[in-house]
Amino acid sequence: MALLIAPEVEARVRHLEIPFDRHGIDRFGISQRALARFFTVLGWFYRRYFDVTVSGIEQVPMRGRAMLVGNHSGGVALDGAMVLASLFFDMDPPRLGQGMAEKFLNRVPFASTWTNRLGQLTGLPEHATALLESERLLMVFPEGARGTAKLYGDRNSLVEFGTGFVRLALRTRTPIIPFAFLGGGEAIPTVVNLVKLGHVFGMPYIPVTPWLVAIPRPVRLEIYYDAPILLEGTGNEEDEVILGHVDRIKHRIGALIEAGASIRRGRGEAVR
Amino acid sequence: MKVLVTGIAGKIGRVVALRLRAGGHDVIGIDRRGWPNAPPEIELHQLDIRKRAAEDVFRTGRPDAVVHMATVTHLTARSADRDRINLHGTRAVWEHCHLYGVERAVFVGRHTYYGADHDAPLYHREDDPPMAMTSFPELADLVAADLYAGSALWRMASIDTAVLRICYTLGPSRTGTLAQFLRGPRVPTLLGFDPLFQFLHEADAADAIVLALERGLRGVYNVAGPEPVPLSLLIQLCGRTQFPIPEPLFRLLLGRFGLPRLPPGALKHVKYPVVIDASAFRAATGYQHERDADSTAREFRDAPEGLVD
Repeated sequence: MALLIAPEVEARVRHLEIPFDRHGIDRFGISQRALARFFTVLGWFYRRYFDVTVSGIEQVPMRGRAMLVGNHSGGVALDGAMVLASLFFDMDPPRLGQGMAEKFLNRVPFASTWTNRLGQLTGLPEHATALLESERLLMVFPEGARGTAKLYGDRNSLVEFGTGFVRLALRTRTPIIPFAFLGGGEAIPTVVNLVKLGHVFGMPYIPVTPWLVAIPRPVRLEIYYDAPILLEGTGNEEDEVILGHVDRIKHRIGALIEAGASIRRGRGEAVR
Repeated sequence: MKVLVTGIAGKIGRVVALRLRAGGHDVIGIDRRGWPNAPPEIELHQLDIRKRAAEDVFRTGRPDAVVHMATVTHLTARSADRDRINLHGTRAVWEHCHLYGVERAVFVGRHTYYGADHDAPLYHREDDPPMAMTSFPELADLVAADLYAGSALWRMASIDTAVLRICYTLGPSRTGTLAQFLRGPRVPTLLGFDPLFQFLHEADAADAIVLALERGLRGVYNVAGPEPVPLSLLIQLCGRTQFPIPEPLFRLLLGRFGLPRLPPGALKHVKYPVVIDASAFRAATGYQHERDADSTAREFRDAPEGLVD
């Protein structure tokens, strides 16, 4: 067994539908070995550290292009990581979600290599299109960095959505699977974001928690996947049409969050 | 066809010339460098493409087609002379083509045209703009020559001009930009960065050039072969040792301890990938490369030093 690679994770990596070459690398630079190492570590967080409940995973297509669209929750990429873990550990055969990484990450040593080896390419429309045309599973957070910057009090709200994902889904005829992620705000309750200090380090901001650094607490997390939506159109529609689609999807995600949050309140977890 | 090849003495130029001969074409060559032991049926002129004598070759030889490969590749050679060869040489060649009734002309360019940066996409298509002109001025004259040749498509519409942007080439000749970078036993990389590198066997590159010429291809096309591989894997396949250097020390260490020299702008080409989408060329010509990444790297690794003169 190679360092930090669990045999069962390695076996799941081999069952991914991605065409790897004989060196275990795909045409976008994804590496089987890097995936095995990443999911071995992530699996511990997913199964042991956090208490993650997933519902509706059967809504995610078993193969072919699809776009997961959901809310940001938590000051760092905890939401994305847990969604990747659910797709990898709770689907059979597993699938690799491919998120769109913040541009600054590609400038940071090691973060650049790791995001690329794990298929989390720099967030560019060209990359999103190329991945969907290669029948991959794209993970999109239309709130962008505005979404990860949510403070604790706003953790179950949605900020403004970008519209690019709808045009992309129309152009590439890709089904959209809305999802909601809950609990990120409790795991990493951001009190304040240090924007200027972040810029010094080339990051959009640095989140600060009551215990200063953004180390997540071992809390309960929930992921809800909803039924796929296949939009009809060409992607060249007027803004009003596109905004209508965006609002509809945002509303679906908002409803998922509200339903989840009321269950959490019922358990007395979300203290306001 | 009677084909004039500029830069015929280079590694790919020679292979192109031999392939053309094997295909039954007459070959004339121009190069400032010599080609000792060239086949006698190839008519060689050792001169500069920008000189009057080069025009005489067009006038008296009357070629039907031209393959223009006389551009300076060595990224270490930064001089006014280099600008003149790449841009003024290209201009001279197309003007002669126009004046002396050449029907087909192929410009052999490079995929580094697109440049490398942290927010540049993988798989550049032909209409992507050149990105790295400001950060890599050493590339600017090659970009200009590429665009100049491309503009011949409308300025000199009677010539079927093909601009080929070919990815790095590698092979037993051990010459070229990538081969120079990989030459020593230790290859410097930037600590924490491992970009994808796209390369093609030099004989496959020559095949692509000949194919473009024979098909009378018109337009701008990316040319690539096997899927790109991470630089770390390429270094391993070439039997070299990766020597990761933290970025602040990188410039300080280059050119010392047996590490290759690189111009400052080349840093981004070691840090970020330049990867092209070559599907349009394959669709237009039916091109298929013969050698995969592994065997290309192996041939480079196992070739004796200084195979080409």
